[in-house]
Amino acid sequence: MKQSEDKSLDRRNFIKMAAGGAAALAAGAQLAAAQAPEPTRAALAAAAEPTDVADGTPLLTTERPGADFMVDVLKSLDFEFVASNPGSSFRALQESFVNYGKNKNPEWITCMHEEASVAMAHAYSKIAGKPMLVMAHGTVGLQHAAMGIYNAFVDRVPVYIVLGNTLDATERRPGAEWAHSVQDASAMVRDYIKWDDTPQSLAHFAESAVRAYKIAMTPPMEPVVIVADSDLQEAAIDRGRSIHIPKLTIPEPPAGDSGAVQEIAKLLVNAENPLILGGRTDRTQKGMDLLNELADLLQAGGGSARTADVILALENDGLWGSLNSMTDQQERTTQSNIRPGTKVITINATDLFMKSNYQDFQRFQEVDLALAASAEATLPSLIEEVKRQMTAARKQIVQDRGAKLVASRAQAAERQRQQAAAVWNLSPISSTRISYELWEQVKNKDWSFVNGGGGGGVFPVTKHYQRLGGSGGGGQGYGGPASVGAALANKKYGRLSLSIQNDGDLMYSPGALWTAAHHRVPLLSIMNNNRAYHQEVMHLQRMACRHNRDLTTAHIGTTIEDPNIDYAKLAQSMGWYAEGPITNPNDVGPAIKRALAVVEKGQPALLDTVMQPR
Amino acid sequence: MQLVSMKIASGLCIALAIAATGLLLLPSAARGQGGQSAQGQAQQQATSPASAAPEGNAETGKKLWNTVGCYQCHGYSGQGGSAGSRLAPNPPSLSVITNYVRAPKGEMPPYTSKVLSDAQLGAIYAFLKTIPKPPDAKDIPLLNQK
Repeated sequence: MKQSEDKSLDRRNFIKMAAGGAAALAAGAQLAAAQAPEPTRAALAAAAEPTDVADGTPLLTTERPGADFMVDVLKSLDFEFVASNPGSSFRALQESFVNYGKNKNPEWITCMHEEASVAMAHAYSKIAGKPMLVMAHGTVGLQHAAMGIYNAFVDRVPVYIVLGNTLDATERRPGAEWAHSVQDASAMVRDYIKWDDTPQSLAHFAESAVRAYKIAMTPPMEPVVIVADSDLQEAAIDRGRSIHIPKLTIPEPPAGDSGAVQEIAKLLVNAENPLILGGRTDRTQKGMDLLNELADLLQAGGGSARTADVILALENDGLWGSLNSMTDQQERTTQSNIRPGTKVITINATDLFMKSNYQDFQRFQEVDLALAASAEATLPSLIEEVKRQMTAARKQIVQDRGAKLVASRAQAAERQRQQAAAVWNLSPISSTRISYELWEQVKNKDWSFVNGGGGGGVFPVTKHYQRLGGSGGGGQGYGGPASVGAALANKKYGRLSLSIQNDGDLMYSPGALWTAAHHRVPLLSIMNNNRAYHQEVMHLQRMACRHNRDLTTAHIGTTIEDPNIDYAKLAQSMGWYAEGPITNPNDVGPAIKRALAVVEKGQPALLDTVMQPR
Repeated sequence: MQLVSMKIASGLCIALAIAATGLLLLPSAARGQGGQSAQGQAQQQATSPASAAPEGNAETGKKLWNTVGCYQCHGYSGQGGSAGSRLAPNPPSLSVITNYVRAPKGEMPPYTSKVLSDAQLGAIYAFLKTIPKPPDAKDIPLLNQK
């Protein structure tokens, strides 16, 4: 809907009439004008602005499109990049970004699928600590983007999405523009975004754009959507109406109540085997440092839920699964993995905001103390309270516990080393061999695992950007574009971005390879090419076992063979340096060395390594 | 320890049974009037462990290892991984493997004799026994870096 002042009179036609006179109008338009009420002050002001219209000719240009103001608004939010596959419903905004906005802050990143745009923005945010802008059609673009948005929602990551749409039916060109228009664009994803709006004026756009950013960045952080009406984008800025860009103030996240914090500290200090489950607290360096400080104070950074007497779960949305197990057999059995009497405490911002339709909130876990608050905001006071309550006697117990943890970690490291030896010479190559070979060559560099496992325990993680985790919602097609988005965020720091890329995942959105090459994104991608959706192979196999039927058919519909995909050629075709397929484990180290040399010159490189199934 | 068993029949009926002893108990509806349903009896017959499955041909066993899906969790060479335990070299005895395969206790799906015969298991066991010992960690330079 247009702004109220313009409801009775289409703005473009009014401007045409005012500038060109009724004689230039078609008969239908004349009739419409004759029936219209008096034009508003705003419309008159817009009509009166100087134009390059010659007498008797229709208005064909404006040098003050609404899109320019929208760009000013979005620039005020300090976006570095806008990821998008081009679309006519936001053509004015795109043109304003690249001309009026000089294609800088944000810089336009050309994507080949809207799902890739969102995945890039998703992983970028985990490095940068702020959203990337995504633009898409309000219909077909958003339909492509939907799964990526769901991933970001489940992963509690802010992604800022602007959709183009033409709400005024009389402004739509025949054909595709009708198919690409929608009454309520955000409706399709409203179940898995935090907030959306469809502004009716530029002033409304400014307020909602700033509000959306504020909401997206308040824990729990989530995607938001703003619909930019194409008419608002393309029409001239209404000079008769006061518009300005509101000041952005990000709310301080809520910290836990001081009384509850004292109680948690008491439980932790007096616990014999406290266990901290970190959850999303390591999303920022500050959060990671605070988490490590608390774990060190209590020597609670290891151990098992089975032996713990107090468990503190921070920003953990899957707690039931952490404390219980369920077998995937015909008879589904569940089992609690904690001892009776174990105190369970949660501090989680997700308790402040939850939706009902999609079931990402997991099974209900009984707890003893729950703080609906930001863990990062609560940890400073909790740490101080733990220090205050710590007695000399408890300190000694903590020290003894720490010594046991050191011994336990040493034993685990030795087990890992022995297992690595067991798989060292295997072909197909083991992921463990890849991890050790890679670590040897990057251990003295500023590295960041942007996708895929984080180095299998071989890479010690001390920075928030060193291990980004997965997609959140488990939607395939995340890893390829996500690694490019995170590498884009790492680029300005000269940081080395590493990805272990699943083959099936990459084939959802291989166009992300082109985006990386086109924008000179340095990234080392090592293929986990195991030529199947192996989890699905196992599901088929499990069902065949359960039904007492043929086990040899589990490959049907689940494997990626015949023909094998040549990922090196695929990457090369899109401008990457690439080698492979590599099947000899002894070839991995030298190949990594060659690929790293390319990446360190600012280019993406891919190694197609043929790997073990799981 | 508390165990909760959910019997899912026709996707509709969910019954719960809690066993204080730690043993898994089926709900009575699933056991039938006499304490065990016909389905349960048939399953028990199908999953009865073989007492002395003969060892078979290793080449056949290798093919079976890959076609019936052992490799998915245990790796192409029985080395184990995130989803399955290490079985080679030095596999457990054939009777231990057979008993477990027929009635696994964890996440592994049950392989009844209807889908994997004792003779086939014997061949798989023969294959596992041929898998050589891997190198020692101390002989791999990258595993000895500080």
